[in-house]
This record gives sequence, structure tokens and C-alpha cells, in this order.
Amino acid sequence: MTSGPRLARKRKIAPRRGDASAAPGGRNVGPDDTDELVRISTRRLTKRYGDLTAVDALDLDVRAGEIFGLLGQNGAGKTTTILMLLGLTEPSSGTARVVGLDPARRPLEVKRRVGYMPDSVGFYSDLSGRENLRYTARLNRIERDDAEAAIDEVLEQVGLTSRADDSTDTYSRGMLQRLGIADALVKDPDVLILDEPTTAIDPLGVTEILELLRDLVKKRQMAILLSSHLLNQVQVVCDRIGIFAAGKLIGQGSMTELADRFGDGTAHIEVGFEFDDDASAKRAPELLRAIPDVADVRPGARLLDPWIVAVRPPSAEGRVRQAILALAAAEGLHLVSLRPIVPSLEEIYRHAVARTLPAHAGAVQ
Amino acid sequence: MTAEPMPLGSSGAGAVDAEPLDPLATEPPAARRERSVPRAGWMVVARKEFADHLLSARFVVLLIVLGLAAAIPLYFAADTIRSAASTVSGATAVFIALFWLPPHVTDTVQLPSVAGFLGIVAPLLGLSFAFDAVNGERAQGTLPRLLSQPIHRDDVINGKFAAGLAVIAIVLVAVIGFIAAFGIIRLGIVPAPSELLRIVLWVIVTFVYVSLWLAFGMLLSVLVRRAATSALIGFGIWLLLSIFGELITTLVGGFIAPLSGTLEQQYSNNSVQETIRRIRPDILYSEASRALLSPQTTDVSTPATVGAAQQASERIPSLLSLDQSFILVWPQVVALVAITVACFAIAYVRFMRQEVRA
Repeated sequence: MTSGPRLARKRKIAPRRGDASAAPGGRNVGPDDTDELVRISTRRLTKRYGDLTAVDALDLDVRAGEIFGLLGQNGAGKTTTILMLLGLTEPSSGTARVVGLDPARRPLEVKRRVGYMPDSVGFYSDLSGRENLRYTARLNRIERDDAEAAIDEVLEQVGLTSRADDSTDTYSRGMLQRLGIADALVKDPDVLILDEPTTAIDPLGVTEILELLRDLVKKRQMAILLSSHLLNQVQVVCDRIGIFAAGKLIGQGSMTELADRFGDGTAHIEVGFEFDDDASAKRAPELLRAIPDVADVRPGARLLDPWIVAVRPPSAEGRVRQAILALAAAEGLHLVSLRPIVPSLEEIYRHAVARTLPAHAGAVQ
Repeated sequence: MTAEPMPLGSSGAGAVDAEPLDPLATEPPAARRERSVPRAGWMVVARKEFADHLLSARFVVLLIVLGLAAAIPLYFAADTIRSAASTVSGATAVFIALFWLPPHVTDTVQLPSVAGFLGIVAPLLGLSFAFDAVNGERAQGTLPRLLSQPIHRDDVINGKFAAGLAVIAIVLVAVIGFIAAFGIIRLGIVPAPSELLRIVLWVIVTFVYVSLWLAFGMLLSVLVRRAATSALIGFGIWLLLSIFGELITTLVGGFIAPLSGTLEQQYSNNSVQETIRRIRPDILYSEASRALLSPQTTDVSTPATVGAAQQASERIPSLLSLDQSFILVWPQVVALVAITVACFAIAYVRFMRQEVRA
């Protein structure tokens, strides 16, 4: 049992009792107490500032082992929600449970187990990266040796080891964000909340960071709540996504669920032909339209651009593609491209916002 | 050691393995939770702030400025005392005169006393270590990160205040210890125990006075968004008080209670003016330090009636004992403490109510 002492040390870093081991005591009853893996849960969580409702009756669940992406424009209520989850601001009504605790009543225990990286994270510029992390470790009451080990580990994870002892004054924005992630990880949290974590990190770095996040979720069974406006990153890394607009969560679920819900009920296929003569160019759309379940055929923007075939219902998309293939073979058309157009999160997002809040549709562009 | 991340405790087998090795494991869950979230967060904050202060350029600059402010009048005061001491014999409380005697540089040029000089410069010390305490954190973007750690929100402001107090104490003790040692060498007189006690009390009162400015700086740092603005306001008020303070209080006093009419009226109006002057903390401090340092001071107020003035003029000059001197300035000291507490309390409440986001 060579790993025994190491694990024991690790436990001192983060006395990690899962909800199970804490249960014998009089644990307060949360809304989702039955489900042990729910790390973040809110019920009708609301925050008002005067007349403005920043967060409106939010129902949210984030489980251990998943990354939940929070999408929304600036001012949609993402940060306010996060602050309520950390007990840094009190909800006007509704309840929140983080690691099974009410953050408004027991903020210290919640903050002990939740790593948070704020939007536009800052560090003490007269201290080095390592010293900044040391301060965080001390605030978390991590013993010195354990802290040094944890700091080395997280610096390695975010790729800052070589610059760790430089003053953070000399760091780029991207490096500060990496350090911010390291800072949130020092306490070895059960829940990680990241507010716009990758906006300034270069593309290659982002891939590394997203891989790290996936790794943490897989190996550590962390629950990660990630707010971002970089839709493609969210699409890549998140298991489930919540779309936020004007304080409301207007949809949540996996990409497929969201696409089903907010798509316009059509799937699209890109079809490219090379025509020998004008006659066949005229004939092709007619033939395509004749295929069952094809709703519409639109030519590309320019003459040689592929055609866009709209399929309704979306589930018929595979069948239509096969039909097009068969058709091309039978009619002697030169098919040069045939691929389904995967709806991007951006599209879903735009549809979702436009549908729920017509007034906001213009702003989403 | 780069340990691979451990599987989560709730379900992971690793946690179960480690359980018997964990000394905390035998305790009931409530006690473990208690230990994992200790309450002394303010000490962690204070320790970091204290280290920052000691390593900062401000600290060095203030040490030098304060040291010079004390050393220059001290040098001339020592000369003045030496020339006086050679002609007088049997004088008591000579050493402490170093601190309160306004020295002559030449026959016509007179400097403020050591205590007077320090009294002018000391507010700088308090302001410098506080004006950017909270808004500096905001500007750097470190406040949300700090508050998301497992500490109470007031730990931040308490820790910062405590660190400021500690640094002030260090600077004052260092500077005053230095000039006392310098005085012993210059004068060749060792202070009597009662003189030493007076100096210690005076250092404590000075500490309270500087704390007042620390609390005021802290208040500004909570109320004003930008550190540069709060520094400007703080140092502006300090300058205003130390240069135009006299002028302003005289004008206001002269307006409310002009020194005219019968002699009796003039005396009573004078006491009103004195009360108005005492709104200024620097007056409170200078009165307190005068009475504490020089046992000759038997009264910090001018007489309020003609009769009292006559009595005072007929009093035999005498030296007050230490406890009598202290009773004399007790109200001033209490007022200084009260202002300090009030400033800090307002800062505290405002900070607790502020939104985390800028």
C-alpha cells in the first residue's frame, strides 16, 4: 500500500467527504437531496436589484462528472448567478444548494469546496504567481508542505511552471487566466466555477486548458460550471449547456437536445454537383425536390456553390442523403460533395434567443 | 510531488483506503468540518498585508521621512537644552524636554518641537498604509478572488486594519526609540523612570492618533472607487488641516463667538472657540501630547472666566505627576479613540454592504 500515505496527505489538502460521509450528521435538506451526485442545484433562484431582475426563477442542476456551460450575453445574469452560488450575494428569493449546502447560510464550507475563477481575474502584481497561489492556499488553511505540493501540481497542469516565480506584473492576459485556473484548483475543489476562463488564451492553449478540464471531470469527478460567450469552446467541452437571456434560463440540455428544441425543425444537407450542360443544371433541383421529406432546395450563393437541401423532419436526413446518392447514380449527375450541415451552437443560440425574446434578437448578432 | 488526482471521496475506493490513516477520521463529522474551516481568516490576511507593507517602498520612505522629522528638531533641541542645562542646576525632567521643547536654531529662528513635528507628519503614516486597502484590491481584480476563499468578508477589512496597526506600531517605536537613544548620547542624561513612562504613554497616544488616520484612510478606500482619488482626498485633508486648520477654526470661531464685548464675555467666547478647535483631531493630539510630555503643563484649556484666569496666574508653577497629567488629557484621548472607532465602523459597515462586483 505505497499510495496510502500519499492519499492521506491528499485528504488533508481537501478533507473530501462526499455528501455520503457527511450525511450522518443533521444535514440540511436540500431540494435534490435524493441525488447525491448533484453538486449545484437551484430552485426558482431570483435576484433583483431594485426594478431590475438580474436572475429570474432559475432552475439549474449540475452533477458531479459533467461540465455545464452557461451561455449568455453580457448582463444576462451569469455572474450574478455565480455570486449567489458562492454566497457572495444573497438571493432575493428561491434556494441554491452547492455541494448540498446553502451558500447563503454556510458560505465558508461552500467556499472551501468550490474553486472559483472570476471574470477578468486579477492577482497581486508585486507577488509572483507562486506567491499568489501560496496566499490562496493559506486562506484555505492548507498546511505548508501540502500547499507547496498542490501548487507545483496545479502550475504544471496549467503550464505555468517555468514562469511561476516571475512577478505577475509580467504576465500576459492569457497567463493570468491560466494562473486563475490554477488558483481555483489549489484547494482541490469538488466544484469548479469558471467565469469566462479562456477569453485571452491563445487557441493552442485553449485546447490544452479544455483538455485539462475534461480530465478533471473524468478523474476527479468534479462538477464544472463554465460561463462563456465563446460558443465553439462551449460546444466542444460542455456536456450540457444552459442558455441564459435576460435573467432567464431559456433552455438547457445537451447539444442534441438543444438542437431539437430550438432548431426550426429542418435538417440541412449540402449537395454539390458538377453539370455537363445547362439542361441537367435545371433538371437537378426538380429531381431533388421529388425526394420524399425534402422541404426545399436552394441554390448556393454563386453558380458553382453547392446546393442546400432542407429536410423535414430532421430525422429523415440520413435517408434523404442516401436517396440523393442513388439519384445521382441513376441520373448520371456528377456528385462532388454531399454532407450534412451540423447546426452550430451559435445557430441554436441565436434561434433560442430570437424565439424567446424577440426584442433581443437584433443584439445577438 | 505530483500526485495524480484522487478519485472523488463520495464513491472512490481511494478515500475508503485512506480513511484509517487520516487522524481526523475518528472525529465526528461536525468537528472535522470545524477544523477544515477555521475562523482566523483575518490573521492570514493580516500576515500577508503586513509582509507587503514591510517590503513596500512606502515603508522605507516613511521611516526616513519620520526619522528626519524627529531627528532635525531633536538635534537643535539637544543643543538648546545643553546650553540651558549648563546654567541651571537641579532642574527635573530634563530628558523629556527633548521631545516638547521648541528648539532655537538661531536666536530668532525657532523650530517646532519633536512632538510637534511628528504630530504633523504622523498622519502620513496612517494614510499611506490604508488609502488603497480596499479599492486597490478592486482595481487589481483580486477582491472577488479573495472573497471567494473560505474567509468571512470582514476578515478582509479586519486583517488589513490589524496589519496597518502593526506596521504603524513598528515605525513609531523604531523612530522614537532611535531618537531617544540619540538624545541619551547627545545629552548624556539617562531618562528617569517617570520620564520613560511618560514617553511610553505618549507613544501610545501617538499610536492612537495615527490609527485614526489609518481608519480614515480605510474609510476612503471603501467609499472611493479609485485609489488615486482616495489618496488625493486623504492627503488633501491632511494638508488642509495642518496648514489651514488654524485659519479655518479661527474664522469659524470668530464668526460664532467673536472675542469682543466685556472681558467676561471675551473669556467665555474664547472657551467656545477652543471647543470648536477641538473638533480637529490634530488639536486633540497636540494637547494630549503636550500634557503628557511636559509635566509643567497644568492645564490644556485657557481659563473660561476672569476669576479662573486670575487664579491660574497666581498658581505656583509646579510639575504634575504622571497620573495627574493623564487625567488632564483623558477626554482628548477618549475623543481620539472614538473618532478612530467611528471611522472604522463606517468603513466596516459600508464594506460589508458593498457588492462584490465593481
